[in-house]
Amino acid sequence: MFQHRDAQTRAMIPAEPTPRRSAALSGGRLWSVFFLIFLASGAPFTSAAHAREAIRDDRGITVTFEAPPRRIVSLLPSLTESVCALGACDRLVGTDRFSNWPDRVQALPKLGGLEDAQIERIVALKPDVVLASTSARVMDRLESLGVRVIALESRNRADVKRTLTVLGQLLGAPGKAEAVWAGVERATRAAAARVPPAERGQRVYFEIDPAPYAAGPDSFIGESLRCLGLGNAIPAELGPFPKLNPEFIVRTQPDIVMAAQASVADMPRRPGWSTLRALRAGRTCAFPSGTYELLVHPGPRMGEAAAALAECLAHLPPPSAR
Amino acid sequence: MTSDGERRLRLAFGLAVGSVVIAAAGMAAGGDGWSPAGLFRALANADGRFIVLQIRAPRTLGAWLTGALLGLSGAAAQGLFRNPLADPYLLGSASGAVLGVVLVLAAAALGGHVVSVATAGAIARFGLVGAAFVGALLGVLLTLSLARGAQETMHLLLAGVVVGVLLTAASDLVTSAAPDALRGKQAFLLGSTGFLGWQSCAFMALGLAVTLPAAWRLARVLDALTLGTETAASLGLALGRLRIALVVAIAFATALAVSQAGLIAFVGLIAPHLVRRFAPATHGYTLLAGAAAGGLLLLTADVLARTVIAPQEVPVGVLTAILGGGYLIWLLRRRRAA
Repeated sequence: MFQHRDAQTRAMIPAEPTPRRSAALSGGRLWSVFFLIFLASGAPFTSAAHAREAIRDDRGITVTFEAPPRRIVSLLPSLTESVCALGACDRLVGTDRFSNWPDRVQALPKLGGLEDAQIERIVALKPDVVLASTSARVMDRLESLGVRVIALESRNRADVKRTLTVLGQLLGAPGKAEAVWAGVERATRAAAARVPPAERGQRVYFEIDPAPYAAGPDSFIGESLRCLGLGNAIPAELGPFPKLNPEFIVRTQPDIVMAAQASVADMPRRPGWSTLRALRAGRTCAFPSGTYELLVHPGPRMGEAAAALAECLAHLPPPSAR
Repeated sequence: MTSDGERRLRLAFGLAVGSVVIAAAGMAAGGDGWSPAGLFRALANADGRFIVLQIRAPRTLGAWLTGALLGLSGAAAQGLFRNPLADPYLLGSASGAVLGVVLVLAAAALGGHVVSVATAGAIARFGLVGAAFVGALLGVLLTLSLARGAQETMHLLLAGVVVGVLLTAASDLVTSAAPDALRGKQAFLLGSTGFLGWQSCAFMALGLAVTLPAAWRLARVLDALTLGTETAASLGLALGRLRIALVVAIAFATALAVSQAGLIAFVGLIAPHLVRRFAPATHGYTLLAGAAAGGLLLLTADVLARTVIAPQEVPVGVLTAILGGGYLIWLLRRRRAA
């Protein structure tokens, strides 16, 4: 674990004393002067210099840090959001082109996307760590240039919690990660309490893409819906984000349809979809783009996302008796 | 009126000088746009030197090498098929490479779901570069086996088209099951010179050092083929074997370029055209000059990609397609006017 300010005294003892360090210790005078400066300044840097943190990322690769990174590049919006939620927004020095929350990250250099990140500009920023998703080719290149990369992938709520924990460990704020996650859970419970009882167990079709791709029960979106007491129109065995036959939706007749505003507006024009009872009864959640982005980012704003879902559910016309 | 020989010399000189000049410009084209002063500033400190020597230099050289491999295989393919519209991707290498890449991307996405996490990890370690390389070679192998060798050019061409369609369908099938792989596939289809390092350069330089002399030796076969298959056979050439050797050289060069930089459009098609138009020659010259022209073309596109909307970048494949397409349109209009 990284040492906190409250654990500085412990941090003075090197975790793995090297021969050279013990020589310095026996050097006596110099060390005690150093020690005094340490005490006087509260020396957060000395504690960091001795702390070592081994971070295991989602590729199974362990990266060791001598000190919490001070310059961070994030190549994924949800990771950008997580870093900021953990109170380390000011350590970000650049993001991918899609990161847009919180507002202050919009002023940072935009370094391309996951697949076409701009290597030269990233290296020029001299980041202590680059946060990315797995399966980005950019990682190999950055690592060969000596840049440390942590790959984190979030597909469900447990992943999001784990990602926050790993980031908390990395940033030297493990307690903060727990607090953020507790906040997500609290907000989700509060949102669940707002869902009208009549909506409990209603089967939702949440559209990710008009192809159509849906959010299945095992995706983080599906899990959030379950936390709100809702069902899912898609069977779990189809996977987290299955591509569906449009006919399947018509046959399944979901009780509630959720999608981005433009998609919902388009749905009645899809062949056969005008027969969807949810569309006819106006039991749809058409999210404006900002809210929709909030819903599809697996990160610290999932509590907020649950609230947005509950807000829509609270204003739906009541389900008709079947 | 200049003689063909003189034109060939002038073209060779122009390609050499152009490559050096644009490469120098490339060294000054950084993440913040084109700035020779910036280059000197960067070289004055260690961080700047690191960026110039470890990122900008291999990228610049790598762009040239990728273009050269594509130009060489394009010139060889056009000679082999006796068709000026042939390109190095025609033999199934492009679709094979895409399938390889998509399988790796999908394995990462499906990890823990369809395939086990350990399998996904093993595939990921193999890497996109390896997958693209093997995929491209397997694609060509499939084409060769479908055409039962390279005896009949038309069979080879048809088999290449069929393999292209089939493997593209296969990778589409994989991406519909694992939509997460789509973004990576898209990036691979556009091509990029941004990830080329010294290691990539070493691979490609080695590949060029092997394929260039091989193609040079086979150039006489291509010359003989221009007289027609029967005449070529009557000259005592073992056409089947030599054609297969050519196909292997094309496949190897293309697979190397594609695995390092993705599917960069049009370079392999246009570079030999430019050479033939400017200096008609036997295939030996066309192959060498085609490689140099491909290198210069992609190098120029890469430098433009870095500078036109700096600090953002245009995908280099988009630029080569615009440049190549623009050239073809210009060619068509000229022909019509004449």
